[in-house]
Amino acid sequence: MVAWTDFERATIKDIFSKIDYEHIVLFLCLCLIVYPWTQRYFAGFGNLYNAAAITSNPKVAAHGKVVMQGLEKAVKNMDNIKATFTELSTLHSEKLQVDPDNFMLLGDCLAIVVAAQLGKDFTPEVHAAFQKFLAVVVSSLRRQYY
Amino acid sequence: LHFSFLVVKTTSNRNPTDKMSLSAKDKNTVKAFWANVVGMEEDIGCDAVSRMLTVYPQTKIYFSHWKDLSPGSAPVRKHGATVMTAVTDAVSKIDDLTGGLLSLSELHAFTLRVDPANFKVLAHNLLVVLAIVFPNDFTPEVHVAMDKFLAAVARALSEKYR
Repeated sequence: MVAWTDFERATIKDIFSKIDYEHIVLFLCLCLIVYPWTQRYFAGFGNLYNAAAITSNPKVAAHGKVVMQGLEKAVKNMDNIKATFTELSTLHSEKLQVDPDNFMLLGDCLAIVVAAQLGKDFTPEVHAAFQKFLAVVVSSLRRQYY
Repeated sequence: LHFSFLVVKTTSNRNPTDKMSLSAKDKNTVKAFWANVVGMEEDIGCDAVSRMLTVYPQTKIYFSHWKDLSPGSAPVRKHGATVMTAVTDAVSKIDDLTGGLLSLSELHAFTLRVDPANFKVLAHNLLVVLAIVFPNDFTPEVHVAMDKFLAAVARALSEKYR
């Protein structure tokens, strides 16, 4: 079980209460742009030809929201993220067949978008708490793989 | 099933510039964006190193000789400036990073012996700082060019390791 300090708990909840949900979905666009091999999982999403196409693609935006909802579930269940994500992990492993190394790529993109939104408030300590949260999420998603 | 990942992750003895090398567009994007950094190197470098030590505490082992490893401390600030000066220099040598960073590579390989995995860690923290400091200029296109550039710098620094 993950040990969260009071600071970390408060910080994670605070981050999720502060982020601009309208624009946070950019993190998925960023992943598809910066790590273009991740586009292999979104073949049915239409035009991903260049950065402009990706950032204006409504399917990408919609899927960004789906991922954010998954993360919110983790925030609500911080003491049991592993169990919370058992089904999602199986889904990514068996049905979607996503290379688990990609999870942290997406996580790093989210860290950068959150950093840009929060600016100076995204201090090194806040940043550390957030990356720890992401590491736990990633580890939970990797759990059901072979 | 994951063939494209095998290509990406394989370490080969081929010329490193074969792997996801910088296009002319990448180089121009990096040079143009880096002009924004002039004058702010110390602050940006200080913040990047501070974050690296805080978010990835395993990196502290390389600095156990410092009196103070807290964010923004004097040795952190000084080292941030050192790193950023080197990155600015790398931008000017973007057409031949391997040649241009030869002595730095020898330093990291034989004297500092930094595990090259940490280059990626520092690069990520630098990108976070750039996103904070330049929310409008650090577009996805700049981000990918900078990510590629820092990966190329890391490869050049790793040249002499073995």
